[in-house]
Amino acid sequence: MNMIVTPTSPATPNGTTRPQVRIVIVGHVDHGKSTLVGRLLHETGSLPDGKLEMLKAVSARRGMPFEWSFLLDALQTERDQGITIDTTQIRFRTNSRDIVLIDAPGHAEFLRNMITGASQADGAVLIIDALEGVRDQTRRHGYLLHLLGVKQVAIVVNKMDRVDFSADRFKAISDEISAHLNGLGVKPTAVIPISARDGDGVAEHTDRIGWYKGPTVVEALDQLEPARPLEALALRLPVQAIYKFDDRRIVAGRIESGSLVAGDEIVIMPAGKIARIKTVESWPVTPVAGRQGAGRSVGITLDRELFIERGDIVAHTSSAPRETRRLRARIFWLHDKPLAKGDQLLVRCGPKESRATVVAIEKAVDPGELSSSENKAIGRNHVGEIDISLSNPIATDPYTENPRTGRLVIEVAGRIAGGGLVLSVDAGQRAVPVDIVPVESALRPDERSARYQHNGAVVWLTGLPASGKSTLAKALERRLFTNGGSPILLDGDTLRAGLNSDLGFSAADRSENIRRLAEVATHLARNGHIAIVAAVSPAREDRATARRIADTAFREIHVATPADVCEGRDPKGHYKKARAGALASFTGIGNDYEAPQAAELVIDTSTRTIAEAADEIEQMLKTSGVLFDEAVDLAANI
Amino acid sequence: MDHLDQLEAQSIYIFREAFARLKKIALLWSLGKDSNVMIWLARKAFFGKMPFPALHVDTGKKFPEMYRFRDHYGKEWDLDLRVEPCPPIDAVDPTLPPAARSAARKTEGLKMALAKYGFDGLIAGIRRDEEATRAKERVFSPRGLEGNWDVRDQPPEFWDHFNASPPQGAHLRIHPILHWTEADIWAYTKRENIPIIPLYLSQNGKRYRSLGDQDITNPVNSTASNIDEILIELEQTKVPERAGRALDHETEDAFERLRVAGYL
Repeated sequence: MNMIVTPTSPATPNGTTRPQVRIVIVGHVDHGKSTLVGRLLHETGSLPDGKLEMLKAVSARRGMPFEWSFLLDALQTERDQGITIDTTQIRFRTNSRDIVLIDAPGHAEFLRNMITGASQADGAVLIIDALEGVRDQTRRHGYLLHLLGVKQVAIVVNKMDRVDFSADRFKAISDEISAHLNGLGVKPTAVIPISARDGDGVAEHTDRIGWYKGPTVVEALDQLEPARPLEALALRLPVQAIYKFDDRRIVAGRIESGSLVAGDEIVIMPAGKIARIKTVESWPVTPVAGRQGAGRSVGITLDRELFIERGDIVAHTSSAPRETRRLRARIFWLHDKPLAKGDQLLVRCGPKESRATVVAIEKAVDPGELSSSENKAIGRNHVGEIDISLSNPIATDPYTENPRTGRLVIEVAGRIAGGGLVLSVDAGQRAVPVDIVPVESALRPDERSARYQHNGAVVWLTGLPASGKSTLAKALERRLFTNGGSPILLDGDTLRAGLNSDLGFSAADRSENIRRLAEVATHLARNGHIAIVAAVSPAREDRATARRIADTAFREIHVATPADVCEGRDPKGHYKKARAGALASFTGIGNDYEAPQAAELVIDTSTRTIAEAADEIEQMLKTSGVLFDEAVDLAANI
Repeated sequence: MDHLDQLEAQSIYIFREAFARLKKIALLWSLGKDSNVMIWLARKAFFGKMPFPALHVDTGKKFPEMYRFRDHYGKEWDLDLRVEPCPPIDAVDPTLPPAARSAARKTEGLKMALAKYGFDGLIAGIRRDEEATRAKERVFSPRGLEGNWDVRDQPPEFWDHFNASPPQGAHLRIHPILHWTEADIWAYTKRENIPIIPLYLSQNGKRYRSLGDQDITNPVNSTASNIDEILIELEQTKVPERAGRALDHETEDAFERLRVAGYL
């Protein structure tokens, strides 16, 4: 079959009639990706005039035999090293498709470039050296195609000339890789024996592979389907920005799935605010009538003024995404430092960003290894499943329900370090969207801090019962108040009498108790007060939740009075009752208190006075930027 | 949605991301067909007015038609136009071949403009299909403190998530039409009725496919006197777009050396 480019008539360039598909070629280093690309360009008549001759001349000048891969390796640095280091995009045509070919590097060092290339592809060609067979990078790339959501994969077994065009060798490799991909849920569209160097199987069946009856590479590419916009799914319009360039207030974003039209009732997630689309704005003609579908970048105005932020998702009220602070994802990791439990990250779901903490890691493996052993951390270029807890609620979908909104990337120090698919979402409690409009304070934080001479903070005292938390909290409260500050005591037991009176002492109720304490304390801290929380809060994870909610305002103090001293004090008689078996779920006499590992301060009240302990806390609050030094000076001058 | 609609939607998405995530950006307006399409897309993205400056780093050696175009449409499109000069040729690396040295002046002019305004993002109209090194670009492409491009250490970029945190003092290049082709540009220019400089159309059997400085840009043989004819010509040609740009052809790696140093 001859794939020479023929001028199409009439002139309808760029796929108004011909589908365009983006293809990535992946596989182990040196298995022949660039050679195949060079050969494909030649066979389809896609090379610019003189390019082949120019490169042949360059090769001759350098005293090297011509290689097809030189066509792609146009960069000087690459020719010097002989490896492809980045994604190059090349275009050519088959009978019925415009193909954009994305060459992706096979060298493990450059996996980030392979991912960058493959993430843009509608289909993939996975290339395997017939002599070397399936290698680690072959498996790794296969796995990543699956994670990146590339479903159409053709396998090419290259360098058949090196194995004398052996049908047996071909079958062995074909069986091995097919089994591997089937295990990932990927079904190859074709497995093709070729010699990219000589041309067998690329565009033509040759006698040397006479035993092969399937499609050539060009024929396989010709059968690939282009990506289709996801109009059939529920509406998801992630908000990129709110523009107020004139008297319009335009909510701008790209419709990732579904469609919308003026008049639709919509809900803004995660807040759950409801409104109606007034107009769909555009330029130069505006407003535009008619339904706008997935893939469009649009701007809408609403029938009421709501507080909307970048990262919110506009959806229809009947099919809103889930709001969550916790989700599970299957990710690939590209950062040098392995990802471990407890790590703090920045997560992006579309335009939404949230700080997050890794609360669990499972199935961390090297997808290149045959029988991978599971690790506790996800190493560079490895994959795994993680549970993350988010400091801001986000609206998202599992990727099985929406492949566009059900994926995320992870940033470390401002650089993308990994990405993956949302497997499941721990949905929030809110069943029906409600019309919530948070009211912001009339005062600015700096007005409050100027008066109080301190910033807002959550001072969290954790420790065994009778360790001295409440006593210390009260002393600190008095001290801060005397200095003109605004401390507010939140005692765990006191709040259980009112706000938390519906909660018992099960693990779930304790978690909820801590979450509410943290939310109230954080609200106070945001309004400039120093919330002093005295609560046993025995579970490390619950305290991590509190830290996440309060974020940078959080100061943890471990009141680490020895257990025997605490039991000796027993002012409320709890230890005695517990020893007698009359107080179930009492923390203190078992080993159920999980001490902090990185508290801002540790205080043993058995070795110092309350005043000394309060001094230490005050000092810590000064050095960590909560209390201003000037307060002391001002008091001295009065 | 047809092909051009998809390209447009993607470019608008990139523009809005750049505007949302960076503090101070500008669009590099070279007055050519690509940057005119970019301005059009920016006006679509922001509903009529481009909310950041159009920066023209002026070598002083453009064609008179280009200056007329700039002065006319700068006003008509209500652009915040900033014209910045380039340093004299003596200030530029004398080891570069003549045309590359001339183009490197523009890189120096760009650095001076960056220093003057403190932009953390520059929007540039390069396309992957133009040239092999440009094919390796990211949409959000970090530059070093000297404006240099480290092709060996480009960050991963996927699913329309962009690395938008340049280090202090460095800047990003943003490429909203990286995924377009030369034919896409013309088809869109025609569909949207975007004004063009007449030098792109054939006169006396020649036309410019790419416009740079007068002394380092040559016309190609062509009879295409309107956009439809240009599109038919592009269907058939195997001559690269930048064939008329002298600097690409002086040595094998001249263009790459320029780009590493911060050239577009």
